[in-house]
Amino acid sequence: MDCDICGKHAKVHLTQLVGGQIKKITLCDDCAKEKGVTDPTGFALAEMLLGKTPGKVIPAAPAVAGSGRRCPTCGFTLEDLRRIRRFGCADCYTTFRDDVNQMLRGMHKGFKHCGKVPAGLMELHERTQRLEELRGKLDQAITSENYEEAAGLRDEIRQIEIRATVSKQTTDDSLP
Amino acid sequence: MMRFTTLIKNPADWMTGEGADNAIVLTSRIRLARNLRGESFPGWAKKEERRHALEVMRPAVEALPCMKDAFSQELDDLTSVQKQVLVERHLISREHAARGEGSAAVIERRQSIALMLNEEDHLRMQAIRPGMSLRAAFESLSALDDELENALELAFDHELGYLTTCPTNLGTGLRASAMLHLPALVLSDQIGQVLQAVNKIGLAVRGLYGEGTESLGNLFQISNQSTLGESEETILRRLERVISQVATHERNARDKLLEDDPAMVSDKIGRAYGVLRHAWIIDSKEALTHLSLLRLGGDLGFLPLDTVKTCDALLMDIQPAHLQLHSGRKMTPEERDSIRAEIVRDRLQSLEAPDIRSTRKKDESDPDPEIL
Repeated sequence: MDCDICGKHAKVHLTQLVGGQIKKITLCDDCAKEKGVTDPTGFALAEMLLGKTPGKVIPAAPAVAGSGRRCPTCGFTLEDLRRIRRFGCADCYTTFRDDVNQMLRGMHKGFKHCGKVPAGLMELHERTQRLEELRGKLDQAITSENYEEAAGLRDEIRQIEIRATVSKQTTDDSLP
Repeated sequence: MMRFTTLIKNPADWMTGEGADNAIVLTSRIRLARNLRGESFPGWAKKEERRHALEVMRPAVEALPCMKDAFSQELDDLTSVQKQVLVERHLISREHAARGEGSAAVIERRQSIALMLNEEDHLRMQAIRPGMSLRAAFESLSALDDELENALELAFDHELGYLTTCPTNLGTGLRASAMLHLPALVLSDQIGQVLQAVNKIGLAVRGLYGEGTESLGNLFQISNQSTLGESEETILRRLERVISQVATHERNARDKLLEDDPAMVSDKIGRAYGVLRHAWIIDSKEALTHLSLLRLGGDLGFLPLDTVKTCDALLMDIQPAHLQLHSGRKMTPEERDSIRAEIVRDRLQSLEAPDIRSTRKKDESDPDPEIL
């Protein structure tokens, strides 16, 4: 498997649970070291998957006494959230993902967006959704020991990931 | 750039039901909430940050084709009466009027599209149409949203959709609502039952000015509450279905009232006519109550059909800030009540007394035996 960042041979496989969603990533030794994957808490996987430049991965904020987390973008804390029941900026939704899921209970008809997607993000959105769906199926196949199907699914996931990396590289290359 | 006086000189088409059937559903309204990526939300942002967000958004908004020669003002540059007039016209929210530096309103010339910059969210976009027209209103606003997306980096998450200051707006950021006039359901005591049923399906019912306001003039707003987990299409379809059901109930209740208790209906409409034609001091609430019945009279044929339009224009013009603006000076509530009565008398001057014996309905179905 190839590294998600530089495309070299990957050795590090990381699985993170973000807001009830399993996110997987593969890295080569060098990239893993650079991103501090040896310390999983210091690595904001979600940030990267959500399209931020890999070079600007933001480390999780240090624990602030009593409040726990602080939004790295706007400085909003969990206490602020509990007090005003509103957020400080869009990135707070990543920082306080678990609390968001709790707040959303009973608030809406569902937990997952099914509406309009900005035209510029459509491709990424569809890919993210498709990968998520395939990974769910893969987990199921493994649980039911259906290894043949699992292998097929794994290949499909890999294909999508490679295509994504390639298209990302082409876009990056075309930048001045 | 359009001036405030020019903007509000004429009523918008949606205010008087121009080109639409607005006998029961007066207006349809769509609101979309959007935010910028990487900028603190307005309520949390420091003054400089709010100003920066405004500088990013305002040129993009003003460059929209529909905003050519639009009204565009920072709220700080408007007087409190001017802001209040915009609130009474539903072009900005009460919350927006209360916001300070770095907030702005950009309003299309015909007042059918209004954008609030730095309200609770960076962008609150609104489209208003007369009658039952949620779909058309949504489509026009969504097209505008597409154009803005090209110019601005909006905050969007693949799981939570459009990210908003308050989690109650997450996902589509869509609030669709209709304003309904339901006098017959109120007169026949069915309103509680109907509204309860609407509530049960997860839709909100509110008074004239939105959240936490009482119902005046038998006017009710029905809107969606859930914004996440369903597509815009699903939300609009459910809302349309429920609204048209409520409208049918109201229509049936009007017919039934006329059939079962024509004397009561005639009495109500006649008294409303009497008070509005001859009052010299009238407060907002009393005026709205009677205008509501006069409007009903117009629809039922007791009064000419264009009475409905006259009433709708008055609903807007007799509100406190509109009166203040009209008279050009600050007034005590007592003075306002006198001016209000004067405007109402003036507008209804040529309106003849309701024709109680022959309603339009009767004319159509059952010709007067005396003529035969």
